[in-house]
Amino acid sequence: MRLKDRNLLGIETLSPEEIKLILDTAVPFKEIFTRSVKKVPTLRGKTVVNLFYEPSTRTRTSFELAEKRLSADVLNISVNTSSIVKGESLIDTAKTIEAMKADFVVIRHSMAGAPHLLARTINASIINAGDGMHEHPTQALLDLFTIRDKKGKIENQNVVIVGDILHSRVARSNIWALTKMGAKVTVVGPVTLIPAHIENLKVKVAYKLDDVLPNADVIYVLRVQRERQKQHLFPSLREYSELYGVDMDRLKKCKKDVIVMHPGPMNRGIEISSEVADSNFSVITEQVTNGIAIRMAVLYLLAGGAEKVEEGE
Amino acid sequence: MRILIKGGRIIDPANRIDAQKDIYIEEGIIKRVSSNIKINKPNVKVIDARGKIVTPGLIDMHTHLREPGREDEETIASGTRAACKGGFTSICCMPNTQPVTDNQAQVELILSKAQKEGWVNVYPIGAITKGLQGEEMSPIGELKKAGVAGITDDGKTVYNSLIMRRALEYSKMFKLPVISHCEDTDLSAEGLINEGYISTILGMRGIPRQAEEVIVSRDIQLAEMTGGHLHIAHVSTEGSVGMIRRAKRMNIKITAETAPHYFTLTDEAVKTYNTNTKMNPPLRTKKDVQAIKRGLQDGTIDCIASDHAPHLEDEKNQEYELAPFGIIGLETMLPLIITELVDKKVLTLREAIKKLTVNPARILGLNKGTLSPGADADITIMDIKANRKIETFESQSNNSPFIGYTLKGFAVCTIVGGRICMAEGELVAG
Repeated sequence: MRLKDRNLLGIETLSPEEIKLILDTAVPFKEIFTRSVKKVPTLRGKTVVNLFYEPSTRTRTSFELAEKRLSADVLNISVNTSSIVKGESLIDTAKTIEAMKADFVVIRHSMAGAPHLLARTINASIINAGDGMHEHPTQALLDLFTIRDKKGKIENQNVVIVGDILHSRVARSNIWALTKMGAKVTVVGPVTLIPAHIENLKVKVAYKLDDVLPNADVIYVLRVQRERQKQHLFPSLREYSELYGVDMDRLKKCKKDVIVMHPGPMNRGIEISSEVADSNFSVITEQVTNGIAIRMAVLYLLAGGAEKVEEGE
Repeated sequence: MRILIKGGRIIDPANRIDAQKDIYIEEGIIKRVSSNIKINKPNVKVIDARGKIVTPGLIDMHTHLREPGREDEETIASGTRAACKGGFTSICCMPNTQPVTDNQAQVELILSKAQKEGWVNVYPIGAITKGLQGEEMSPIGELKKAGVAGITDDGKTVYNSLIMRRALEYSKMFKLPVISHCEDTDLSAEGLINEGYISTILGMRGIPRQAEEVIVSRDIQLAEMTGGHLHIAHVSTEGSVGMIRRAKRMNIKITAETAPHYFTLTDEAVKTYNTNTKMNPPLRTKKDVQAIKRGLQDGTIDCIASDHAPHLEDEKNQEYELAPFGIIGLETMLPLIITELVDKKVLTLREAIKKLTVNPARILGLNKGTLSPGADADITIMDIKANRKIETFESQSNNSPFIGYTLKGFAVCTIVGGRICMAEGELVAG
């Protein structure tokens, strides 16, 4: 089986079978990490451009590592050091990349739909590494992988996503991914940060975190951005933290085997306490490791996925 | 020049005529409208209109011609060519040019350019406030004297309610409609598309319906208070339609227009991130589209206007967020009305023509929109059975979401002041 589309622009258009294929493909890639030589020749001779219009540590380095472990030639373009600061348009940057014969472009952009514009403009396979508030598909896939790894299955897991749903591409991709795979999703946060008609996405909406925690198998904590306060979305970070911060007191009310996830970067002491972040409930560092395997799987499958994952040397 | 239009079905709502008749034109004036006209004079151009609809020249009361200031997007020449091709004989151009149409000299500049280069009649609309800044009233009397047909700060709401009150009061003396672009920009909050399910899944900032409705409501109250003539531009929501309907029942002096995209498309069209679905107000939902149609049916919405807003391909071919708001519409308006409203029995052909002729003429106080003998010979002949795929435009810009649509009902001949400017679907230079 292969992926239907040559791009990965979002989870919305993936079928459950395709999601499962990506997760299954990531398993052997993760095994490679335990070897002394963590590299396979799968993408030898292929060129991948990482085009980052937004600052990113985790996602960019994760993609870069995934690409290098697949033996691809990797080119990083980030906003501060490129013609983009000279006012070059996305279309022109895309055409330049096209002229360099890139096979893949991994794009991170602050505006929704930028990867779609790129996909319409050039022939390379496009991977969305986060576009505005729209989607962040590889994040959701690595989150699914982590849940499946920790819980054995995704189906019927009660997943509580807490925080700024409105501005979160991570939330949107995770909602698509989790519901497609049969998880039961509840979003919880202040009314002002819950987007219109979110219930149409087959999720439950709650406003009181303490009401939904006892049933949770997975607590997914979203980063809250300080500037939202200025947009009259909540009165203060302190109040936000009191109502929605995940701390040890709250975890005590949860199931014993609950896991806590966060896409990073964290605001310790605001949406998540340090104690929780560093506890045994937290799988945050595993999410990072799994991210590399998922991105390898995605690149491999988009490249055609016909060849078997080759053995390490 | 003498023209005899023979055998067409004449629809002239101003005179309650819907019958097969001939029209005879001499020296730019309609001389006779009756059955089987025979003219024994030399040099009579005979137009065979059998099987066609003959109507008063269509009027678009909401066009952006971009000249002066953005001649790269559209000019008075190219915009009026597009109008002529679309079957319009008169258009009103909005004042948000650079410089703004807020003084006599600018009005005269547009009128003299239109006189020389225009393909159709051009009626400038003046600014309500100087520079569209919303702070000081424009010299409305001077603008009227120079020839404006109305005033508006289109693209912006007059935010200061006192200034809006004064404008509605002061414009009464000159019988000018105050055309209101209704948008509370604090509520629209730099939104890109309608706030709802689609904005949620696409991750785009939403513009709630209430951003429009809050100002519609305010302006209705100011119209009631002042007795001034309020005209609501580009109505897009169910709530606005309801408020305008109630205001009309209360005999408040209010009129309204909508644009073809608000009864044909919904925010579902945005899902491909096609920037030609980005306009302000934004595409709404199915229930708004239905409400707009009901508003057109019961007369709540008096006319249909294009809100023709040309933008360069390079400007539109960007990230959705960066692309400018607006689409062109002069060349797709009539076929969209025929295809979506007349064919689908939302409006009769006569009602549709009324909203494109006599209604806008009355709102603007123009001596147009009729086929009465003695009137200017502005006439549109259309083939409401013709099908065509939308591909290219006379407009200098091509930012249309309807490219690739096959639509029905096109103008085949446009006569402006007794001169045939478009025949058999082709522009006629002269």
